[in-house]
Amino acid sequence: MPNHPPPPGPLTRRTLLAGSAAAAGLGLTGCGSLAVSLSDKTVVKQWNLLAGADGAIMTEMHGQFEAEHPDVDLQATTLGWGTPFYTRIVMGASGGNGADVATAHVSRIKSLSPATLLDPFDLKEIEDAGLDPDAFPAELWDKCFVDGELYAIPLDTHALVNYYNRSVCAEIGALNPDGTLLETTGVEDYFDVLRAAKEVTGQYGTSLDTFGGWRQFWAWYRQADGEMAFGDGDYEMDDAKALQSIEVMYRMAEEGLCPTFADGAQCAANFENGAAGFVQVGNWEITRFRAFSEAQGLDFSMTEMPDFFGNRRTQGDSHSFILPHHNSWDPEVRRATIEYVAYMLKNSLQWGAGAGHTPAYLPVTESAEYQALEPNAEYSGVVDNVQLDPEVWFSGSGARLFDEAGTVFQQVYALALNPEEALALLKERIQDLVSLPNPVD
Amino acid sequence: MTVHTEAPAAAPAAAERPPRVPAPRRRSWTGLWFVLPFFAAYALFLIWPTFLGLYYSFTDKSLTGRTPSWIGLDNWAEALGDERAWNALGNTAVFTLYSTPPLVVLSIVFALMVNRARRAGWFLRLAIFAPYVIPVSVVTIIWTWIYQPDGGILNHYLEVLGVQSPDAPTIWLQDEHRAMWAVVITTVWWTIGFNFLLYLAALQTIPQDVYEASAIDGANWWRQLWSITLPLLKRTTALVIVLQLIASLRIFDQMYLMTSGGPNRATEVAIHYIYIAGFEGYRIGYASALSYVLFVLIMIVSIVQFRLFSRKEA
Repeated sequence: MPNHPPPPGPLTRRTLLAGSAAAAGLGLTGCGSLAVSLSDKTVVKQWNLLAGADGAIMTEMHGQFEAEHPDVDLQATTLGWGTPFYTRIVMGASGGNGADVATAHVSRIKSLSPATLLDPFDLKEIEDAGLDPDAFPAELWDKCFVDGELYAIPLDTHALVNYYNRSVCAEIGALNPDGTLLETTGVEDYFDVLRAAKEVTGQYGTSLDTFGGWRQFWAWYRQADGEMAFGDGDYEMDDAKALQSIEVMYRMAEEGLCPTFADGAQCAANFENGAAGFVQVGNWEITRFRAFSEAQGLDFSMTEMPDFFGNRRTQGDSHSFILPHHNSWDPEVRRATIEYVAYMLKNSLQWGAGAGHTPAYLPVTESAEYQALEPNAEYSGVVDNVQLDPEVWFSGSGARLFDEAGTVFQQVYALALNPEEALALLKERIQDLVSLPNPVD
Repeated sequence: MTVHTEAPAAAPAAAERPPRVPAPRRRSWTGLWFVLPFFAAYALFLIWPTFLGLYYSFTDKSLTGRTPSWIGLDNWAEALGDERAWNALGNTAVFTLYSTPPLVVLSIVFALMVNRARRAGWFLRLAIFAPYVIPVSVVTIIWTWIYQPDGGILNHYLEVLGVQSPDAPTIWLQDEHRAMWAVVITTVWWTIGFNFLLYLAALQTIPQDVYEASAIDGANWWRQLWSITLPLLKRTTALVIVLQLIASLRIFDQMYLMTSGGPNRATEVAIHYIYIAGFEGYRIGYASALSYVLFVLIMIVSIVQFRLFSRKEA
């Protein structure tokens, strides 16, 4: 037999070893959440979806909570925003052994099948923890009830806002003497400002998340008083108003006033590096822009969405705390969990100041300290203008309507679909969703 | 010397054994204890869910925990008439068609190349196999960056080479027609190492004397490749294709992580749709029926393939 060169054995073995070592490492970190602390602290497992810049603020607040509550071991886990988070909440709750407390958008509560997957709060226990149930905005508070049970405690209101680069705006004369942004009326008016900004930046007028088109669509559709109502197997929407909103997207992209393609991170980066003079994105990005400003200097402020169709309504939602279903509650854990929720609400000034959200707990928002916060004061009007997503089981932040509509609008920004085609596709997608059996009622 | 792995016929072997000394029946259950841990896990996580899934496919079992009721063949009828499900299956097929040829051809080419390389052999083996050990999440993150229209390394080099202008960057993952190709390229880069290794091992089992004999007969390199190397690699090719088809039919990770099935469902594959139906739509019953449809299809493909290849071997 001829002498063959040795098979690539040693090498593979080594790579295999490295690979299995890495796999073992992954396995170990995966077990972190299973490692129940052996001390006598009460463990509270919290799951949240704050994977964005506001997550850092929440982590900071968690640190303070733990410092003030040495008997509680708070184990917070951040999961991917949107579908990945909600699927895990549902699966954890359907097993009855998921998190003790979790964040959730108020618009998603119905889609989480509260009757079977969530445990209600007891008004008495939250009062005992020092929260006043009457100190929330009435409309928001009502949305937290399903069939007379309180399933969520709102932490904030957040919305799409308009950030502006003050240097760019000064150059194009779009600032008031006090340094705030001039108000515009109508689409054309605002497009003129964007055209001027584009001249200065050399790239875009405004930047926006072309993957999250639902938010912009819903803001403009609601500015025009568009309604969306869902019945059994069918739905109603105002085609003309929807088309008008989609046309705004298409024209903006076609003229190069906004990117044809930018995900959340890129859309924020466009604003930071001066490729765009404006960015229409959620108030939560303030943390990121502030950090950038400190590091490299960025003179920016933020205000409400521009008036396109007669008012300054905007799309928004509210983060809240929910109790995923438990097969049984340990009274100690329950007490510590409610204590945690109460702590977060009572200290939500920090949430507002740091993450740009408007706290829901009125004693906080009405405090002089909060009223003096900048630039929060400049967009304080969003609370009245915020429009929650339509009420149906597949709607809400990161839900299927949001995703499905988002993929259609992404094609509009990319100029791959014209507004008429996009509207037809949107209607087809909504019809598909409406035709599905309703799993939660 | 070709590689024959014929199983020795069982019956004659048994007959050869002298029948006069019957082995004393030792009643030892020790062996079973060794099998038990595996079998328990196997039964709990594979056999049981398989039957449970079949049962669920006849119910409207929901993730929300509502009491399921028996609905007969409704889920199955819906699955067979579900346009989106067929579209997803079609995408799975397209992915398979796009990805299998390069994964076979390129791995042969690389294996031949490395087999001839003397000095740089170790480096090439490492370079080609290394991506295979990276977890899918890392691979997709890296490739999503590579494909970024603005500032991605791929478009950057296309611009440097003058293939495209900086004003009109090519959209990769978000373009309806390019997204599938983009995922295919990533997958080829990621998984080619394994096929390459199989081929390299097979190449090294081909004895040198066959080549020497053919060289004496005047065969050139091409002739040897077509008449000796490739025919002798046939078994490996069959194995690679079977493994590739099965891997492609259950493709999910790359699409889920890189395109989420978009744009416009152009990369939504069968398993992704099952995931959407079950975990986003809460319809475990319906998702189970869809899984069984896919299961039956994979079975058919495997049987057809097995038949085809075993006939060739005979």
